[in-house]
Amino acid sequence: MSVLVYTENWDGKFKKLSYELLSYAKSVATLVGGDVNALSIGQVDQDELSSLGNYGASLVLSADGTPSGLDNQVYTAIIAAAMDKVGARILIMAHNNSGKALAPRLSVRLKAGLAAGVTAVPESVNPLVVSKKVFSGKAKGMVEILTEKAVLTLSQNSFEINETAGTASVESFDSGVDLAAAATTIKDVQKQEGKLLLTDADVVISGGRGMKSGDNWAPIEDLATVLGGATACSRPVSDEGWRPHDEHTGQTGKIIAPNLYMAFGISGAIQHLAGVSSSKCIVAVNTDKDAPIFESADYGIVGDALKVLPELISEIKTVKAQ
Amino acid sequence: MRILVCISNVPDTTTKVKFSTDQKSFDDGGVQWIINPWDELALTRAMELKEDASNPVSNVTVVTVGPASAEPTLRKALAIGADDAIRVDAVSSDAYFVAAQLAAVAGSSDFGIILCGIESSDYNGSSVGGMISEIMGIPSVSAVSGLKLEGEEVVITRDIDGGKEELSVPALFVGVVQKGIAKEPRIAAMRGIMMARKKPLRVVPAADAESYTSFKEFAMPEPKAPCKMVEADNVKELVNLLQNEAKVL
Repeated sequence: MSVLVYTENWDGKFKKLSYELLSYAKSVATLVGGDVNALSIGQVDQDELSSLGNYGASLVLSADGTPSGLDNQVYTAIIAAAMDKVGARILIMAHNNSGKALAPRLSVRLKAGLAAGVTAVPESVNPLVVSKKVFSGKAKGMVEILTEKAVLTLSQNSFEINETAGTASVESFDSGVDLAAAATTIKDVQKQEGKLLLTDADVVISGGRGMKSGDNWAPIEDLATVLGGATACSRPVSDEGWRPHDEHTGQTGKIIAPNLYMAFGISGAIQHLAGVSSSKCIVAVNTDKDAPIFESADYGIVGDALKVLPELISEIKTVKAQ
Repeated sequence: MRILVCISNVPDTTTKVKFSTDQKSFDDGGVQWIINPWDELALTRAMELKEDASNPVSNVTVVTVGPASAEPTLRKALAIGADDAIRVDAVSSDAYFVAAQLAAVAGSSDFGIILCGIESSDYNGSSVGGMISEIMGIPSVSAVSGLKLEGEEVVITRDIDGGKEELSVPALFVGVVQKGIAKEPRIAAMRGIMMARKKPLRVVPAADAESYTSFKEFAMPEPKAPCKMVEADNVKELVNLLQNEAKVL
């Protein structure tokens, strides 16, 4: 029972997320007894494609004659064609923007039950049962797939990357899909180049209302720079316009799971925690000792974020210099 | 042009989640039900589009799949401004089943835009919108954070990693919306609440559809170890713990 992974690329490059997906797929394939096949859509060079072999792919299909803009119908048709070609029964994708756009369509197209946002390898193979978070992380549920095929989307940062010494054969893949059939027309793209994405960052430094003003954000940014991380904020902060909306983490904002999440002046409303509770280590600094954030945090300081931050930056700099 | 907004009836996001004693189903005792937050944003944007007279939007319909107990949530949507409501009389069993019901409703009339929230706050499936579009064989755009009409042309802003894209899409399509589509959810005014009582709410029977998935069991996450507190004047100790105990620096 082989597995197909859709390995998205970003301007021709794969990233950590791609390797995480393959590592997960390898574990799933071992469990169900099959191979890992990867599908890449768009222009990616040969070395980059064959690097997927280091993470468990034995075959890489490269649909390179494809426009880079995501048209959900065109991409769905290409991925469905690749499923047919390799005879895969399980399709694995990321639970990110493109995965959320494509997985439901593929579920219908392939008549394959979809478990979205899974966090671990299947509990059982026959029947296929996978656990996922429900109620925005307040509980987990065991989903049984009732169909012969399955689509799984993996929550970001929920699976350890496992590098192996494998090699993958790379094949050019002509899906036969009419690219001109795209219904959507992309008119404009605005991208911030070179910025570390919040959802990719291993370290996230976040500020809330306790920062008192948007003008006080320099130490948050400094600490993020020192630790090579990204900056985030709570909803009131983005609603006030202190920070841009794309930094809002929480139930209706971004859902993140970094190794280290540091919350300064964030009380920890349940909606905020829904966006960060999967972080491996949470540090909270807040003046209110009864703030709910301390129930979810691993380490806490009761104190003024604006006073703690400079000391923390200088101490971390000292430690890093050693 | 008519807009259909798909509404999921979900427990208030502050609900303390409990399950039945056999852990097989959600215990809804004492739960307050609300319009799924993303669906509420979709509805708000639909109302804004209709109220702007330069747009050719004639009507906003809301639809949900659920038993009679879901009707107060539909009435809330009518109070916010929707013109009429449809309830598909069925207990939702999984995303595919729900999508099949909604696709049947969407296909039964001349809608131009179908809007869904990007996920529901209960089972976090992120599935229904995309599934409706594939069942109907129509375009879909996900991660929609902006939607405007330029005559009959629909111009969408979609979030991509590290930025935004602007694209156009022909009606009929499914827009799967997220934060940004409307500034904040609209709150029903007293006048809207009064008017909602008289607006049409039609109940339709469920279409034949299977389920692709089923929840076998639920569990609460393992309790977390208590937070280790460090004195505010002892930042050195915090850094030490992060470096040597948590090993995250």
